[in-house]
Amino acid sequence: MQAPVTQTAPARETAPGPAGRPGAGQVIVTRAVTRSFPMGDTVIRALQGVDVTICRGEYVAIMGPSGSGKSTLMNIIGCLDRPDSGEYWLNGTPVAELGDADLAALRNREIGFVFQTFNLLARADALHNVELPLIYAGVGRRERTERAQLALEQVGLRERMRHRPAELSGGQRQRVAVARALVTRPSLLLADEPTGNLDSATTADILALFDELHRKGNTIVLVTHDPAVAEYAHRAIRLRDGRIESDTPNPRKGHG
Amino acid sequence: MLFAEMILVALQSVRANLFRAFLTMLGIIIGVASVITMIAIGSGAKAAVDQQIDQLGASVLSIRSGSFMRMGVAQGGATLTIKDAEAIARDAPSVIGVVPEIAGQLQIKHGNRNENLRVAGVTANFPEIQGYTIASGKSFTKADDASRRPVAVLGSAVGGKLGTNAAAIVGQTIYIKGIAFEVLGVFEEKGSTGFRNVDEQVWIPFFTARYRVFGTEQLDSISAQMAPGSTVERSIVEIERVMRKQHQIQPGKDNDFSIADPRQFFNVREAAANIFAILLAGIASISLVVGGIGIMNIMLVTVTERTKEIGIRKALGASRRNILLQFVVEAMVLCMLGGAAGIALGAGVTTLIARIAGWNMAISPTAVLLAFCFSAAVGLFFGIWPARKAARLDPIEALRYE
Ligand SMILES: Nc1ncnc2c1ncn2[C@@H]1O[C@H](COP(=O)(O)OP(=O)(O)OP(=O)(O)O)[C@@H](O)[C@H]1O
Ligand SMILES: [Mg+2]
Repeated sequence: MQAPVTQTAPARETAPGPAGRPGAGQVIVTRAVTRSFPMGDTVIRALQGVDVTICRGEYVAIMGPSGSGKSTLMNIIGCLDRPDSGEYWLNGTPVAELGDADLAALRNREIGFVFQTFNLLARADALHNVELPLIYAGVGRRERTERAQLALEQVGLRERMRHRPAELSGGQRQRVAVARALVTRPSLLLADEPTGNLDSATTADILALFDELHRKGNTIVLVTHDPAVAEYAHRAIRLRDGRIESDTPNPRKGHG
Repeated sequence: MLFAEMILVALQSVRANLFRAFLTMLGIIIGVASVITMIAIGSGAKAAVDQQIDQLGASVLSIRSGSFMRMGVAQGGATLTIKDAEAIARDAPSVIGVVPEIAGQLQIKHGNRNENLRVAGVTANFPEIQGYTIASGKSFTKADDASRRPVAVLGSAVGGKLGTNAAAIVGQTIYIKGIAFEVLGVFEEKGSTGFRNVDEQVWIPFFTARYRVFGTEQLDSISAQMAPGSTVERSIVEIERVMRKQHQIQPGKDNDFSIADPRQFFNVREAAANIFAILLAGIASISLVVGGIGIMNIMLVTVTERTKEIGIRKALGASRRNILLQFVVEAMVLCMLGGAAGIALGAGVTTLIARIAGWNMAISPTAVLLAFCFSAAVGLFFGIWPARKAARLDPIEALRYE
């Protein structure tokens, strides 16, 4: 099963050289990205030189064993964390050069992030949680509420919108997190284990939403342990020990 | 709208920790209440003093013998006479009227009652110049004075002291040094002014006092009324010049008389009120600073407690500025709530003091606005550092915080 570290994605050919910039249509370009965490005397190398290129409209599943660096990579891609070394371009812009206000705008307008640990505001109800990104986007109260309600409806939680996270089940919380990521209609959806707590029926519903978003031309990166979930994606990247182990297209989905 | 969210979050946070918020606000509450009370006392005391000065009537200077005063008693041996009074009236241009006054404590008899009261012999123009208003009956006339008639006008409390009351004593007879005096009228109550209670005083015509009661030329004092528009300083210079000439005081020698502005008695009361106000200002500034530090402390705690929330908000698109503003707003909301409570408390204390002191103290809108702005400023000043701390948190580290 040890697949070679392939560079099968067509975009790889137009990857930036040392001085070059990523080509058009390349949403995510990382080059030799590393990230490590000092833990007492030792250093945990979560990412040890990751090169990924993801083009606009791609649907990519990131897989790999626990602790292989998937969430760490997602955080960097989502502009929440910065690599220790290496480069990262988002939509052709070197993220390292962006200031705080630009980063905030990027996280708010371009990226929808579903956290592995949900990260909902404990004190706010589901509706307000979903409204949050719209608040920072400056969307007016009425439109905000309408859109948040719609997003909650899409994940089947409309009747739970006045519940706080503590009053929701794990799966329901996860769906609130998905609704919050979708509500801004982000061009790039980053979902870290978005169906980890869901039964197969709800999982299918959520993945149908992702499919729809994908059909509309949005880019989706999804972390999962579940091969059935990965089947929805058009390409699978496998991580192991902070390195890309394999990067293969999904034969059943014919990419391009 | 983002601002609305910030206020909402701030209020939620206050509600979630109501008691803690109250304790935090206590310093601000006391500080603002002190500011409100302080301003009200300052203006109330000033208003009370102004009112009493108005009651004094026209601007009047008081001339006494001796070079200085001790407890209202002239020290030194020089004497004032009616000639001095006449000279002042004649030669000091800014003086438009004088009242010479002979006075002393005397036994007053009425029926079987006996009271030791101050009796003042004055010219008939004294009510106008010294600011007395007749409550019932009338005062004596120039003619009464010239013919040395035994008539008297009483202060409002004298009737009561003599076993009857202010209205009933008019027309009755009182005895001063065995002479029967007809009571012509009673003045309105004036309240204690300075060291002497004029409500317990008896006035008789000057010449009656001079020749039939006291038998002396020596005046207790001369009241000189100043022309409208002339300054106290100018009148004092003029009177001093006339008096030095009258008393033939050589240049370089000290005056054997003193000139006083009765208003200065009130300065003492105003000063007392001012000292109280300064004390309150001290309390106010100390508690505002302490309160501000309390706010800062609790905001630091809040920022730590809500690290995760900050991480979430940043991940969803809140900029540093948004977070900074949110926590500054929260500190300010905390302070302004404290300010509002302080204004209410200050209003209560002010009403209480007004009732006890009998002052007409009003809480001015300016004071309320000032106090409110002040508490907002305290919130801004002491909230900005914790807010900066919150704004600078790294999103991913904040998210990982449990
Ligand atoms: N902030 C941190 N401090 C210390 N170590 C960290 C930190 N974040 C991640 N790590 C370590 O980095 C490695 C990769 O973590 P990461 O969360 O990316 O794994 P993952 O692939 O998402 O795992 P899972 O499938 O269990 O979610 C792990 O060994 C983890 O312990
Ligand atoms: Mg993970």
